[in-house]
Amino acid sequence: MNDLVQNALLNVNIAAILPSLILVCFGMGLLLINVFLPRGTTRHAVWISLIGLAVTGFFVYTGWGNPQYGFNDAVAMDNFAAFFSITFLVCAALTILMSDDYLRREGYPVSEYYPLILFATAGAMWMASGTDMMTIFLGLEVMSISLYVLAGFFRGQVKSNEAGLKYFLLGAFSTGFLLYGMALIYGVSGSTRLTEIGVYLKTHASLLDNPMTLAGLVLLSTGFLFKIAAAPFHMWAPDVYEGAPTPITAFMSAGPKAAAFAAFLRVMEYCFFTLKPEWTAMLWVLAVLTMVVGNVIAIRQTNIKRMLAYSSIAHAGYVLVGMVAANEIGYSGILFYMLAYTFMNIGAFAVLVLAGKKGEDNLTLEGLSGFGFKKPFLGVAMTIFLFSLMGLPPTAGFAGKFYIFAGAIKAGYIWLAVIGVLNSAISLYYYLRVMVYMYFRDPEEDYAWVAMPGAVVVTIIIAIAGVFYLGIMPGEVMELAKQAVF
Amino acid sequence: MEIIFFYLVALIVVISGILVVRCQSPVNSALALVNTFFCLAIYYVMLRAPFMAAVQIMVYAGAIMVLILFVIMLLNLGTEAKKRYTQGIVWSSLASLLLLVNVVYFLKRGQVTDSVGDITAYTVQSFGHTELIGKALFTEFLLPFEIASILLLVAIVGAVVLAKKDV
Repeated sequence: MNDLVQNALLNVNIAAILPSLILVCFGMGLLLINVFLPRGTTRHAVWISLIGLAVTGFFVYTGWGNPQYGFNDAVAMDNFAAFFSITFLVCAALTILMSDDYLRREGYPVSEYYPLILFATAGAMWMASGTDMMTIFLGLEVMSISLYVLAGFFRGQVKSNEAGLKYFLLGAFSTGFLLYGMALIYGVSGSTRLTEIGVYLKTHASLLDNPMTLAGLVLLSTGFLFKIAAAPFHMWAPDVYEGAPTPITAFMSAGPKAAAFAAFLRVMEYCFFTLKPEWTAMLWVLAVLTMVVGNVIAIRQTNIKRMLAYSSIAHAGYVLVGMVAANEIGYSGILFYMLAYTFMNIGAFAVLVLAGKKGEDNLTLEGLSGFGFKKPFLGVAMTIFLFSLMGLPPTAGFAGKFYIFAGAIKAGYIWLAVIGVLNSAISLYYYLRVMVYMYFRDPEEDYAWVAMPGAVVVTIIIAIAGVFYLGIMPGEVMELAKQAVF
Repeated sequence: MEIIFFYLVALIVVISGILVVRCQSPVNSALALVNTFFCLAIYYVMLRAPFMAAVQIMVYAGAIMVLILFVIMLLNLGTEAKKRYTQGIVWSSLASLLLLVNVVYFLKRGQVTDSVGDITAYTVQSFGHTELIGKALFTEFLLPFEIASILLLVAIVGAVVLAKKDV
C-alpha cells in the first residue's frame, strides 16, 4: 500500500497542469472576492480576470518547447496544447474586454460572469492537453456547463433563455454520444489512455473491422462534431448564437470550437492512426457538407448574428478540410486558422456590440444602413473583419485558408480544395451584402447609436492588429504551429 | 440458473423502461425509472461489482430520484399532458427499425464479450472490487477526479446565477 501512494505521488507533475491550475485559482478567488463587494461592481472582476489570463499566458509561454507529462499520462502540456491554450486565452481576454459595458447596458452587471469565462477557458485547456479520455471528457463538461449558463445569462430575455436551454438539452444529448463512444473504445482496448489505445489497436489488427471499434469511433466523432457545429450536427448553432449575449456568442464561436478541434485532432491522431483512411473518408464528406450547408443557408439570413452563426459553421467546414488532409501543413493550418478565426470573429462581434441600442440589439441588415458613415471607425473595422472572414489578402483569413487548402492539395485532395475555394466565393455574397448596407444605403431614421466605450475599442484595435499581423507576416506563427503538431 | 435470472431482470428493465415513457403521470414515470435503476444495480451485482451496485442504488435510485420527484411536485405537473404524439411516427419507427438492424448486426459480428486490459476477473477476485476502484480513483485517475470537483463548483455557481431572484 505504501509504494502505491509513492507511485501516485511520483506521477504528480504540477508543471503539466500549472497554467490551468492558476486560471482556476483566479476564478475561485474571484468568486470569493465577489462575496465581499456590493452588488453591481464588476470593474474589479474584469481586471482580476485579465490579470489571471495574462499570468496563465505567461506560464504557457515559458513552457513552450518543454513538454510536461504527468498524472499517469492523463495530461500532456506539450506544444500542441500550449498553442491551443494561447488561442483560448486570447479568446477569453478579448471577450472579457468587450463584455463589461455590454452587460451594464443590458442591465446585468453580475460579476459571476467572469469566473464562468475563466472556468470555461480552463476546461478548454484540459481538453487540449488531455491525453486520457477521462480528462478530455471532464474538460469538455467543465467548458460546456459554463457555456450553458453563459448562453442563458440574460434571464429576463426570452431568446437568451431559449439559447441556454436549447444548448443545454442538445449538448447533454451529444455528450451522451461522446461518452458512449468512449465506453465502447474502452471496452475494445481496455484502457482510457490515448496512446495505449493506439498501440493496442495497432497490435490487434483484427479489431480494426470489429463493429465495436467502428461504432466507438463514429460515436466519439459525433460528440466532437456536435461541439464543432459541423453539418449535420449544426442545428443548435444558429438559435444558440442568436439568443446568447453577443460577447458570449463571440466566445463560443472561437474558443470552445478550437478546444473541440484540439481534442478531436489528438484523439484521432493518437488512437485511430491505424484507421486513418476510414476517418478521413468520413470527414471528407462532412467537410463538404458543412461548407455547403453553412454558406448556402447564410445567404438567406437577414439577422447578422444568425448570418455569422452560419458563417461559423462554414468555417468549421474549412478547418475540417485541414483534418482530412492529415499532414503537417493541414494540421498546423488548423492551429493557425483557429487563432486567426479568433481575432476576426471576435472583432466582428465586438463591432456588433457597439452597433446595438439599449434593450434591443440592432442586428438586422436594415438596421446597419448607413452605419459606415455614422461611425467611420467601426465601419472600417467591420470591413476589415469581413474581408478576413472572406479570406482576402492581406488578412489573417487568407493566410489560414491558404495553408489549409495547401495541405489538402499536398495530400492529393484536389477536389476538396476546389470545393473549398468555390465555397469561399459563395461567402463573398453575404459578407459583401453587409458592406453594401453599411455604405450604400441611407439610414431610415436617425438612430441614437450607443457611445463607444474605451474597452470595446481596445478589443477591436487588438483584433485588427491580430488580423493584419497574421495576414502580413504569417510565417512566424506558422513556424510555431509546425512545431506544435505531432 | 444465472441466465434465467438475467432474462427475468431484463424483462423487468424493458417493461419499466417502456413505462417511463408511456405513463400518463410524471410521478408514475419517475417511479418506473427507480425500478429501472434498481434492475441495473442487479446487473452490477451479477457482474461481481457490488460497490457499483450500492452506488447505483444510493446515488441514482436514491438521491437523484428524490430530486426528480421534488422537481415534479414543486412544478405541480399534473396528468394534463395527455397529448398523443402521432406526428412523425413513420419516420421514428423507421429509424428505430434501422437501429435494431444495426444492433443485431453488431451483436452477430462483433466480438463483444472479451476481457482486455489490466483488470481481469482474477485481479478483481484477489484484490477486491472496492479496493480496485479506490486505487484507480486516487492514483491513475487522480487528475480527472480533481477536475470533477471543479465541474461541480461550476454547476453550483451556474445554478445560483440562473436561479437567484435578484442578481
